[in-house]
Amino acid sequence: MAFVLSADRDRQVDEIIARYPERRAALIPVLWLCQRQNGWISEDVIGWVANRLELSTAQVQGVVTFYTMFHQHPVAKNVVWVCRTLSCDLRGAKVIQEHLEDRFGCHAGGTSQDGKFTLLKAECLAACGQAPMVQINDDYFENLDLEQLDRIIDEHAAKEAR
Amino acid sequence: MTENIEKLLTTRYGLADSWTLEVAEKHGAYKTARRALVAMQPDKIREEVKKSNIRGRGGAGFPTGMKWGFLAPKDDEEVYLVINADESEPGTFKDRTIMDLDPHRLIEGILITCWAIGAHKCWIYVRGELQFSIDRLDAALAEARKAGYVGDRPFGMAYPIEIFTHSGAGAYICGEETGLLNSLEGKRGEPRLKPPFPANKGAFGMPTIVNNVETIASVPDIIELGGEKWSGLGRLPRDGGLRLYGISGHVKTPGVYEAPVGITMRELIDVYGGGMLNDRPLKAVIPGGSSTPVLRPDRLVDAPKEDHPLHEWHGKSEIDVPMGVDTYRALGTMLGTCCAIVMDDSVNMVEVTRNLMRFYKHESCGQCTPCREGSGWLVDVLDTLCTEPSPTDPRGKIKSEQDVELLVDIANNMMGNTICAFAEGTAMPLLGLVQKFRDEFIEAARGGVPESTRHDDTTRSLVGSPS
Ligand SMILES: Cc1cc2nc3c(=O)[nH]c(=O)nc-3n(C[C@H](O)[C@H](O)[C@H](O)COP(=O)(O)O)c2cc1C
Ligand code: SF4
Ligand code: FES
Repeated sequence: MAFVLSADRDRQVDEIIARYPERRAALIPVLWLCQRQNGWISEDVIGWVANRLELSTAQVQGVVTFYTMFHQHPVAKNVVWVCRTLSCDLRGAKVIQEHLEDRFGCHAGGTSQDGKFTLLKAECLAACGQAPMVQINDDYFENLDLEQLDRIIDEHAAKEAR
Repeated sequence: MTENIEKLLTTRYGLADSWTLEVAEKHGAYKTARRALVAMQPDKIREEVKKSNIRGRGGAGFPTGMKWGFLAPKDDEEVYLVINADESEPGTFKDRTIMDLDPHRLIEGILITCWAIGAHKCWIYVRGELQFSIDRLDAALAEARKAGYVGDRPFGMAYPIEIFTHSGAGAYICGEETGLLNSLEGKRGEPRLKPPFPANKGAFGMPTIVNNVETIASVPDIIELGGEKWSGLGRLPRDGGLRLYGISGHVKTPGVYEAPVGITMRELIDVYGGGMLNDRPLKAVIPGGSSTPVLRPDRLVDAPKEDHPLHEWHGKSEIDVPMGVDTYRALGTMLGTCCAIVMDDSVNMVEVTRNLMRFYKHESCGQCTPCREGSGWLVDVLDTLCTEPSPTDPRGKIKSEQDVELLVDIANNMMGNTICAFAEGTAMPLLGLVQKFRDEFIEAARGGVPESTRHDDTTRSLVGSPS
């Protein structure tokens, strides 16, 4: 199925382009718009973006592969990033990761058995004073203990079911 | 001067709805920008910033006034301001508080700075994970536009200033200023060879000033108080003002605190950090983000000569030296982002090193061979050191104390021959860790790292019932 950005988001593309002296600078913001709609950056998305911004697909591809937040494969509706860098590790991030792995039935890098969560390891997310923490989609959850973590996961699982 | 100013950047943090224009303005926001744009000449503002002795808050500690002085735009060139809000250095979480709790202070600083350096356009480059901060900034910018502070005629002056946020997408190296500029231009965030420096050829080929969020958020206070007075709030020469300190790890009250330049690490831990978690002994502290070499409380300053910059602290603990850009350099470390990671005696330093080196391996942009290969090799050797000797596990089978020397060799070969400072930011902390905790590395080479302190997670099998 060919990818097309919704009319609403497409209007934003023109606004974004106008912010920079060069059209190409809109690339990362536009990839974000596409990922928000499509969930991940597929080959179709790359083709569409290249066309819209008058770039080669290789140029777009090169950028997509450079940045960890652009998903190059489909992911679950909820992407859970566990920070495992030093400050978080000192405050129990390993336990957080292992708890999620056991609960999801997958290792970091995989998707939960119910298909609702993709679990990924993150590098320092600038929340070191509120460790341990996870990012779920756009939101940070900080100063976690396992009870809170389970509640947060329950809430996200329920949201998706509706 | 008897007046005792202890808070500037954080004065509005505690107010209800501190991030809204209404609240910020009721508590002083935009007063200084209005005065600066309406009644102050740009060179006067630059002069005050020079006098303030502010050292860049992004990690390198470069004097901001001097940086602005490098601009020499040609007639057909536009000047740009770019704010570095990439905040990705492990242990660092201070700029986020400004964007989340007082975005109008940053915007006010941007307005004054644009006027001072002759820029009409500013992009705030925020790391992609901080969507909340981006939303806060965008909302604040919309308010400031509506009020007429940002846009065609800020405070009625015929000096248009446009400010935009720009989101990254996950890459530490985009915090390096030329990697950031490439990323802003829609390219891979690979650092550029310097020269040319951004002040000559920066964003979109134009002369550009790149400054950290906290640096620019300090500008309104510098102008309000005057450079000299602001500088005097700090406790050190040529390093002025108040600044944000972060503290994380094994302390009772981790967080971001505002304090004068030049408090000691001991003060930061005991007074601001609330002391050690569970009252365990302090073993080590990484002073200013992961790229800064570690300090040990039982290491004493060795500066017997009277002309040594640290002579005053000769024989005292490393953590009793005032925290400043120059004092920390003299101590053999760096102040970096001024955000400390505190570790108690339960921590194994080889594991700490492995944790950090994995970060660097993951984040090296790969342009330079010594950095790309070196960071990967360091992790390989550390993996070996952390593994129990075992006839079946190839990583544990072949190790010896020579692996510790190998770490040092690899690190030494990473320095000096690369496009950006990332490689040094990888090698220097490694060398510091090995030098100051050599016995632990030797022990790991002989036996491995105790299970309880190990953080490897790739081989475990899952337990419990998946829900
Ligand atoms: C690998 C690397 C990462 C960096 N990351 C950041 C960062 O996240 N935020 C930042 O402000 N500066 C960062 N810097 C420093 C910038 O290159 C630059 O010095 C700084 O933004 C200048 O602003 P300042 O003078 O106001 O500190 C980094 C530097 C290097 C080498
Ligand atoms: S030193 Fe490392 S991060 Fe910097 S440009 Fe070279 S490879 Fe990239
Ligand atoms: S180490 Fe986890 S947020 Fe910084």
